[in-house]
Amino acid sequence: MNLQIRPILAALRRHKAGTVLIALQIALTLAIVCNALFIIHARLANLSEASGVDEANVFVIQNQWAAERPTSEVDAQVRADLLALRQLPGVRDATPATGYPLKGGGWDNFVTLTPDQVQPTTDAAVYTGDEHFIDTLGLKLVAGRNFRPDEVMVMGTGQAITPPTVIVSKALADKLFPAGDALGKSFYAMGATPSTIIGIVDTLHRQGVDPWSNSHAGQSLIWPARSADARGVYYIVRAKPGQLAAAMREAPKALLAQSRLRIFDPKDGIQDYATIRHKVYDGDRGMAILMAIICVVLLAITGAGIVGLTSFWVSQRRRQIGVRRALGARKRDILAYFLTENFLISGCGAVVGVVLAYAFNLWTVSHFELDRMSAIYVVIGVIVLLLLGQAATFAPARRASRVPPVEATRSV
Amino acid sequence: MFGYYLDLALRSLKRNPALTVLMVMAIGFGVAASMITYSVFRAVSGNPIPDKSAQLFMPQIDAWGPQQNDKGEPAEALTYVDAMALLRAHAAKRQTLLYLVQLSAMPGGSRELPLGLNGYAVTSDFFPMFDVPFRYGNGWGAQGDEARASDVVISAELNRKLFAGAYSVGRTLDLGGHDYRVVGVAGHWNPQPRFYDLFSTSGFADEPDFYMVFNRALDLQMRPGGRNSCRGALTFTTWEEYTQSNCVWVTPWVELNTPDEVARYRGFLTHYAADQQHAGRFSWAPNVRLRDVTQWMDYEHVVPPESRISLAVALGFFLICLVNTIGLLLAKFMRRAGEIGVRRALGASRREIYTQYLIEAGTVGLAGGVLGLLLTALGVAGVGILFQPHIAKLARLDFSLVGLTLAVAIVATVLAAFYPTWRAARVQPAWQLKSS
Repeated sequence: MNLQIRPILAALRRHKAGTVLIALQIALTLAIVCNALFIIHARLANLSEASGVDEANVFVIQNQWAAERPTSEVDAQVRADLLALRQLPGVRDATPATGYPLKGGGWDNFVTLTPDQVQPTTDAAVYTGDEHFIDTLGLKLVAGRNFRPDEVMVMGTGQAITPPTVIVSKALADKLFPAGDALGKSFYAMGATPSTIIGIVDTLHRQGVDPWSNSHAGQSLIWPARSADARGVYYIVRAKPGQLAAAMREAPKALLAQSRLRIFDPKDGIQDYATIRHKVYDGDRGMAILMAIICVVLLAITGAGIVGLTSFWVSQRRRQIGVRRALGARKRDILAYFLTENFLISGCGAVVGVVLAYAFNLWTVSHFELDRMSAIYVVIGVIVLLLLGQAATFAPARRASRVPPVEATRSV
Repeated sequence: MFGYYLDLALRSLKRNPALTVLMVMAIGFGVAASMITYSVFRAVSGNPIPDKSAQLFMPQIDAWGPQQNDKGEPAEALTYVDAMALLRAHAAKRQTLLYLVQLSAMPGGSRELPLGLNGYAVTSDFFPMFDVPFRYGNGWGAQGDEARASDVVISAELNRKLFAGAYSVGRTLDLGGHDYRVVGVAGHWNPQPRFYDLFSTSGFADEPDFYMVFNRALDLQMRPGGRNSCRGALTFTTWEEYTQSNCVWVTPWVELNTPDEVARYRGFLTHYAADQQHAGRFSWAPNVRLRDVTQWMDYEHVVPPESRISLAVALGFFLICLVNTIGLLLAKFMRRAGEIGVRRALGASRREIYTQYLIEAGTVGLAGGVLGLLLTALGVAGVGILFQPHIAKLARLDFSLVGLTLAVAIVATVLAAFYPTWRAARVQPAWQLKSS
C-alpha cells in the first residue's frame, strides 16, 4: 500500500492545535498507564507471595494476660493451655509464639557470622516456638531435624536469651552459607553466644511486608523458646483439614476454661490466615485497585477524545475527501489516510510519553524507594495506546471513506 | 446578557449530546479522582497540633555510634539512661517522657472478662504540652511524678465503658492487678497523625485508653508495649539490665518557645553527649538532633508513599482529562466558525465572543463538578477498599471538600476553554461569509 505521508504532514500543519492536543493526550496517558501497570504488577506480586504456612488450616490467637505473674506461673499456664488446645478434636497441633508470618511487622534481628563483626551480614525475622512449631505452621523441613523437647528454653518477660540451636529458612541459610553447607554451622543473631543450625525449612515468610525488608525477603530463623512473657503470647493453631471454623470456635472456649484472666481482642484476637493475609496486604491491594480503575477510565476517556477530534476533522474535510474520491481514490485509501494520520500523531505522542513515563518512574524511585520500571511496561503501554488510537480512529475514518465523490461538487 | 449566553450554551450543548457527555464525564472523573486521593492525602499530611507544632521538639541522642546507627542518624527514641538524664536535667520549661504500655481492666460490675487497654506512661507535663482536653478533673501535677503515684487519666471512651460516662474523678480502678486513682477524664483527643509517638505507631491508631505516671510504670517494671530497638549483642534478663542496655524505647518531647531557647537546648544536648563521651560511655563525638513536630513527621515519613503516589497519578489523570476537554471544546467551537463569522459581521466584539464561549465552558465545568461531586462522595464512602482502614477512615467529604471540588472543576474547565475561545474569537468574519 502506498502510504501518503507527505500529504498527511502537509494537512496536519493546518491543524497544529488538534495534532498537538492528541499527541499530548497520548503522551500523558502513556506515562500514567505504564507506571500504573508497573505498580499494579508489583503490588499483585506481593499479594501472592508464599508464606510457607498451611494457610487453609492455620489460625492465630492473640492471648493477652490480664494480671502480672512471675515467669514460672506464666509458663505453667502456657503449657496447660497448649495441652488443652492440642486435645481439642478439631485441632491437629498448636505452638506458643512471639509472632507469625505476615503479622505485619515484629521481631527482627541482625545476623553476623562472628561475635565481634560490626557490620551485620544480613537481617532475619525471629520466630520462637517449641518442637511443635514446624508441624503447626505446616513448614517443610528440607534438611536436618526438628527441635527436641529438651532444647526448648523458657523465655521470661523481655529476656534476651540466645538458644544454642536454631532452625533457619532456606533463604537465610543460602544467604549466610552460599556454598549450601549451612547445616551444623553457627551464626550470631544479636546474642553473645552462637546458635547452631540444626534444621532448614523451605519457605518461611517474614513477619512484615514493608518494602525496606525486600532485600532480606524470606530470611527467617526459629529459636526453640517458649514465651512466658507476662504481657501475652500468640498461640498458633493448626486445625485438622476442614475443621478450621469449628476449631476457631472451640479454642477460645477451651482457653477460658483454663483461666479467665486473659484477653482476646474482639477485633483481632482470633484470626484465620485468610484474614491475616487480607489485612497485611491491604495497602497493596488498594493501590492495585486504584491504579486499575484509573487505567481503565483513562484509556476510555483518551479513546473517546480521539474519536471526538477525528470526527471533527472528518466533518471539516468532507469536501476535500469528496474531491479525492472524485479523482479516483478508493474508499480504503481514505480509510488508510486517517489511520496513518492517527498513527503518526500517536507515534509522536508515544515518543514523548516514553520520556514522561521514565521521568515519573524516576520520581517514585528517588522519593519512595520503588524499583526501576522495566522496559516491558513501556512496550506494553506503547502497543496499547497505538492500538487504542487506531481503534478510536476507525469509526470516524470509515465514515470519511463513505463520503460520496459527489460531495466535491457541493457548496460554493 | 449572561442569561442569554447561558441559554445559547445550553442549546449548543444539547445539539451535540455525545460530545457534551464526554466532556462532562472527563471533567467529572478527573476531578473525582483528584479529590478522593486528595481527601486522603489531606488527612494524613495535616498538622495535628497547628498552634504548637513549632514549639514542640523531639530530642535525639546517638547512643549507638557511627558504626551501628542508621546511616549517621541517631535512633528514633532514647535509651532509658539518656531519657532519665534529660528528665533530671530539666533544661526546658516543659518536658515529658513517654512510652506505650498495655494493661487490662480487671473484671468487675457487669463485666465477666478483663478488658485489654492500650495507653501511655507519661510525665505530668504531657497534658499541658500537648493541650490535652479534659472532660472531668485534670492531669496529675509534678508532685504526682515525684510521688510515683498510682494516678491515671482515662479516655472518655474508657470512662463510658467502666463508669457509664459518670464523673469518675477520685474513683479507684483495678488495672492489671494494681489499684489506680482516676484523676482526670480526657475529652476526645486523638491527634492524627499521632506526632508524639511515631516510634511505636505509624501515626494512625485508635485513641489511647489511659495515661499513667511514667515513674509508676518504671516501678512496676512495665515493658514497652510498643517498639523496642537494640544494637549489638543482647544479654539482659532482668529489668535493671534491660534499663542499662542500649535498647531505645522512650520518646522524649520538650517545649521551647523562642529561637533562643531552642539554641540553648540544642547546646545542652550537645554538651550532654560530650559529657557522655568524656565519661567513656560514648566513644564518638556528640551526634544529637532537635526536630520540631513538622520536621519529625517528615523525617519519619508519616505520609504513606501510597498516598503521595496515588495523588500524583490522580492529578496526572486530571491533567489528561483537561487536555481532552481542550481538544473537544476546540472541535466544538471551531465547528461553529460560520456562526461566529455571522455574529462578528453583525457587530459582536471579540469580547462578546469570549464571554459567550467561556460561559459555555463554565456550564460544562459546573456539570462536570456536580458529577465529580457525586463520584467523590461515592469514592470517599468506598475509600476503605483503596487504603488501609486506619487511613481510609480519616478521609471525609466535608464542606470544604465539596466547595473545592466544584471550584476546581469550574476553574479548570474555564482555563481549559481559554485556548479554544481565543481561536473562536480570532475567526475572520469576511472569510467565513465568503466560503459559505
